[in-house]
Amino acid sequence: MKEVEKIDNLRFKRRSVLKASALGVGALVSPGVALATPAGVEKSIASLFGGRVPEAGRVTVKIPPITENGTSVAFMVNVESPMTLEDHVVRIAVFAEENPVPDIARFELGPRAGIARVESRIRMNGSQRIRAVAEMNDGSLWSGYAFSIVTLAACLL
Amino acid sequence: MLMIRIKAPSKAKKGEVIELKAMIQHKMETGYRRDRYGRQIPKDILRRFECIYNDVVVFRAEFFPAVAANPILVFHTIATESGTLLFKWVDEAGVESYDKVELEVV
Amino acid sequence: MWRFVIRGLCFSLLPALPVLSNAKEISDFSANPDLPSEVVASGFEFLTPESQALQLDDFANPGFLWVDRGRLLFEKQEGKRACVDCHSERDSEMDSEMDSRREGKTDPESDGKVLPGSATRFPKINQDTNQLINLEGQINHCRVERQSLSPLPYESEQLLSLTAYVTSLSRNMAYDIAIDGTADAYYDRGRAYFFKRKGQLNLACSQCHDDNWGKLLRGDRISQGHPNAYPGYRLEWQNFGSLHRRFRDCDVGVKAEPFAAGSETYLALELYLKWRAKRLLIESPGIRR
Repeated sequence: MKEVEKIDNLRFKRRSVLKASALGVGALVSPGVALATPAGVEKSIASLFGGRVPEAGRVTVKIPPITENGTSVAFMVNVESPMTLEDHVVRIAVFAEENPVPDIARFELGPRAGIARVESRIRMNGSQRIRAVAEMNDGSLWSGYAFSIVTLAACLL
Repeated sequence: MLMIRIKAPSKAKKGEVIELKAMIQHKMETGYRRDRYGRQIPKDILRRFECIYNDVVVFRAEFFPAVAANPILVFHTIATESGTLLFKWVDEAGVESYDKVELEVV
Repeated sequence: MWRFVIRGLCFSLLPALPVLSNAKEISDFSANPDLPSEVVASGFEFLTPESQALQLDDFANPGFLWVDRGRLLFEKQEGKRACVDCHSERDSEMDSEMDSRREGKTDPESDGKVLPGSATRFPKINQDTNQLINLEGQINHCRVERQSLSPLPYESEQLLSLTAYVTSLSRNMAYDIAIDGTADAYYDRGRAYFFKRKGQLNLACSQCHDDNWGKLLRGDRISQGHPNAYPGYRLEWQNFGSLHRRFRDCDVGVKAEPFAAGSETYLALELYLKWRAKRLLIESPGIRR
């Protein structure tokens, strides 16, 4: 089993129930497709932001706590920032910890945005955390996350 | 021809933060799905989105396959001057789809 | 592991009724044994709040992409004439049409011309062919007979869009299906199909949707199987589709050979289901799982 089993007791049990059931989500993964892991997301963040490590805070991610279908999950990210010329969000990167590919989307803002809030709809390949990292104009990085229990996985079913 | 839906105010006060919504019809094919014969359906997604306000890019987005089909974006911009808001999507082949709305700033 | 099994059992035995805030009571249930129960509930009631919110969002509901395209096609000058040249949806015409109906007078010339409300009456017997025809069939009939255009294949972008647009004009209206006369035979056929066991799983529609609605089937709550969200956007398809496409999914679901979209069996089933859904309002473009 992958690192996922160390992370969250609930998710581990759900995964074994799913695998034991007729659905057998794990069995349907195409050979050779490695899923992302939380460690993989850390690597993506490091490569995107030149090794800098984000600090937790200022970033709020909102997704429903339970999702019946992972193909279209309402998603919102909001960053606390005055959005002035001197102090604004430059970009926001959103990651999934257990999708086939960790990157979901990247948004470029700036002082003309007014407020640093973006909404969209995303695909989730099972219950997992969605993480967002915001880069400010002074180079500082902030991050936040939210978790959703996904009844029907999006990508590999 | 891709269907596009835009929701934007037609009038705003100068300096007001306005909400913009843009949705486009697109399968956002991940490349992981298989057809009824078991063949992998090739990846085909929209890659980039830009909102251009009177020749200035005020918002940009980069999409990966985890963006849902028929992608929608809700974002904000400051109403600075009257003009045109252009919403542009580009797919992996470089094909552009766009729509525009007029904004009157008082 | 056992905690999950017991939790699951308790969850599935929870009555669904407290969840169904908008479900309607049927006072004449005893006279209509074909209705699923005393309570008629749209599939909307069985969605999560987020999916319900998506259906109710007049901008973000992806079904409106097809409604928008349908409106463009409706007004497009093509063939002998555009749809809009005959059909009008102006409110004043609708009012006078509704007045005529209330007074018991219907002008055969105008019948069918005013589109708001038209989707509540399909499928119906076509006067020219004396066969059951649904909205998709009627659109194609108009294209061939009155527009000199070729018919559109089922599930094509254009037919889906036109059906989406015309059905959306009847949103929030109740079904008004006639099952007398020539339609009676189709009604019987549709009803028989609904109660017939089929497929490798040997299940009839009624066993899930009449006898076990509200209970959990793996992670989903079984609905009463009403058609009022279709044509609609199905999250599983990540796409917009017709009612007959949904029938095919159901048949495949019990491992039965599905019929073709537009087939007589599915037309009859559509008639039966829309009669069975009486008092429910059309929600198309709907969102379903």
